Amino acid sequence: MTMIRGILLALAGFAVALPVQADTIFVSNEKGNSISVIDGESLKVTGTIKVGRRPRGITFNQDMTLIYVCIGDDNRIDVVDVGSRKVVGRMPSGPDPELFVLEPGGKHLYIANEDDNMVSVLDTTTKKIVGEIQVGVEPEGMGISPDGKILVNTSETTNMAHFIDTASHKITDNVLVDARPRVANFTADGRFVWVSAEIGGTVSVIDTATRKIVKKIAFQVQGVPKESIQPVGIQMTRDGQRAFVALGPANRVAEIDVTTFEVTKYHLVGQRVWNLALSPDEKRLYTTNGVSNDVSVLDMERGRVIKSVAVGGAPWGVIVKP
Amino acid sequence: MTALSRLILVGALLLGAPAWAADPTVVRIGYLTRAEEPRIPLTFLEPVADDEGVQGARLALADNNTTGRFLDIGFELVETVVEEDGSVADAVRGLAGQGIRLLVADLRADALLEVMGTPEARDMLVFNSRAPDDELRNERCAANLLHVTPSRRMLADALAQYLAFRRWSTWFLVVGRAPEDAAYAEALRRAAKRYGARIVQEKGWTFEEANRRVDTGHVTAQTEIPTFTQAPEHDVLVVADEADAFGDYLPYRTWLPRLVTGTHGLVPTAWSRVHEQWGATQLHSRFERQAGRWMRPRDYTAWMAVRAVGEAATRTRSGDAATLAAFIRGPDFALPAFKGQGLSFREWDGQLRQPVLLAGPRMLVSVSPQPGFLHQFSELDTIGDDRPESRCRAR
Repeated sequence: MTMIRGILLALAGFAVALPVQADTIFVSNEKGNSISVIDGESLKVTGTIKVGRRPRGITFNQDMTLIYVCIGDDNRIDVVDVGSRKVVGRMPSGPDPELFVLEPGGKHLYIANEDDNMVSVLDTTTKKIVGEIQVGVEPEGMGISPDGKILVNTSETTNMAHFIDTASHKITDNVLVDARPRVANFTADGRFVWVSAEIGGTVSVIDTATRKIVKKIAFQVQGVPKESIQPVGIQMTRDGQRAFVALGPANRVAEIDVTTFEVTKYHLVGQRVWNLALSPDEKRLYTTNGVSNDVSVLDMERGRVIKSVAVGGAPWGVIVKP
Repeated sequence: MTALSRLILVGALLLGAPAWAADPTVVRIGYLTRAEEPRIPLTFLEPVADDEGVQGARLALADNNTTGRFLDIGFELVETVVEEDGSVADAVRGLAGQGIRLLVADLRADALLEVMGTPEARDMLVFNSRAPDDELRNERCAANLLHVTPSRRMLADALAQYLAFRRWSTWFLVVGRAPEDAAYAEALRRAAKRYGARIVQEKGWTFEEANRRVDTGHVTAQTEIPTFTQAPEHDVLVVADEADAFGDYLPYRTWLPRLVTGTHGLVPTAWSRVHEQWGATQLHSRFERQAGRWMRPRDYTAWMAVRAVGEAATRTRSGDAATLAAFIRGPDFALPAFKGQGLSFREWDGQLRQPVLLAGPRMLVSVSPQPGFLHQFSELDTIGDDRPESRCRAR
């Protein structure tokens, strides 16, 4: 543990030593059928990329030259070239893709088919579906272990986290979590999976080895009804010390101390916050606010929102390129 | 002919092939309905359906079994259809004999009360998936009767909150001839009082009911409706026509250019095809694949009832009816039902607290409770009978 921390600290030092380089933020707009491009330095929208209908899940390929976008209403993945900011290709996805995860090796994309109780496995090199895994009702969240061996899919109506062996495509365990699980996120060391439950209002921390829930994190915001606290997006710092959870219509992001699982702060952001991304230097957190149609930029050092950037209709997913 | 022989026992219906292990837990759920003349909608756009309700229960069964597969819990639905003049009490005895302790009642109020009056029903947890009658939640309530369908008061309050939000506070009330129309109107009067609206006039619909398919029928409607709808100045026309006998004739023909709401026009409802939020798209899509038509409120409430059992079985990992019933009524129960929050049963009257949709004919308009209507425990309890108002004493 100390050795890992030492390496991470060294890495952090290395990052600081680099010349300041502006980040680029990409936001999928569910209603706008587009990707908004935000310049990290000026915090202005510098471009809008038109994609298919109902773009939600968004991720980079391994070398960050391409962006894959789940196009739910057109049943496909759009491929956007980061350099030219144009859609350069399409890939099959199975019906109604909502979220996906790219394996660390960069080859296989695991896609949740919300409408079909299924996870599709896409080979991004051949652009062919190479496997289908039957899961619970309304699959959504997708997380993959750092070694790429374990895939975790959540199903919103079955209310489970399905642990899937990526070699055999077989479900090895099903962990019952609270109602309507949305996002699954492995810790950097791969020991735990965090699963948010939107209706249950909690985040379950599952031990990867025992497949048992070791902690259920609950939230409470003064003046906000319990029903409005709906955890969705999860992000963690690389050092594994802090986690951030988007709380939907509570319009807050909870900051959590990962060692104690205590919520240390609630950050006020835009309306119906669903997904989050940390800047590469981890000094900022970007949030997508689906009802106020903007992205909140949270300054982590000052602990407050420094800007709201208006984007397209109903921003959903967000990723950041250094 | 004995009453029992008049029962059409559809029997156990297993959907799909659940892959549970050799000796699984099986939860059996009864579904009881009575054959009736299918409702003929006034509009030609809506198909006539003779499988309203049961299709929702079947879909929930499939959903339960998909989840149950991972936990070695299987679910069966025992569907029973009583003939129009058949005895529901006999049917309950038949179901009890088959070991049914969890029953979804897709019945009108009188038949439901007949069911609740049988000794066999005392050992069952009964889900009312159809009757919106307020009396069933108050004077005629029962400890083992849960209401998944919203009450008329909930629907009326949901509408009144929205009208208050829009500051449309003067209503012209038009009431149909059926007894349920009078009940709907009563709920509207109560809602108007609660939310500061004023009913400027009430009129009963007295025209003869006619066949919906009449050549040049629009000419008659165009002559009758404008004069009929003359009333003192009002913001909205609120119509009570649960039987769908005339409500659709009103919009665009009123004396004053006013919108129509209530059972027609802008409708407070548990479910509508126009609702696609909070993942509802997936439920529509599964339902339409199975039933070949749109999901209606009666299908949705039956779906909720069967899913409530499924959710309880998943959470308790039990197939024991008593355990499931206790959990469903307990404080930890929350049913996700595509309304953006978990739904639970009010302990004082067994009513499922739930947001109510305000649906236009082609688009979702709003969802109540409206922002700003506050409550010390749950904002959902601002619609319908709150604890202090409840006249249920049997719980």
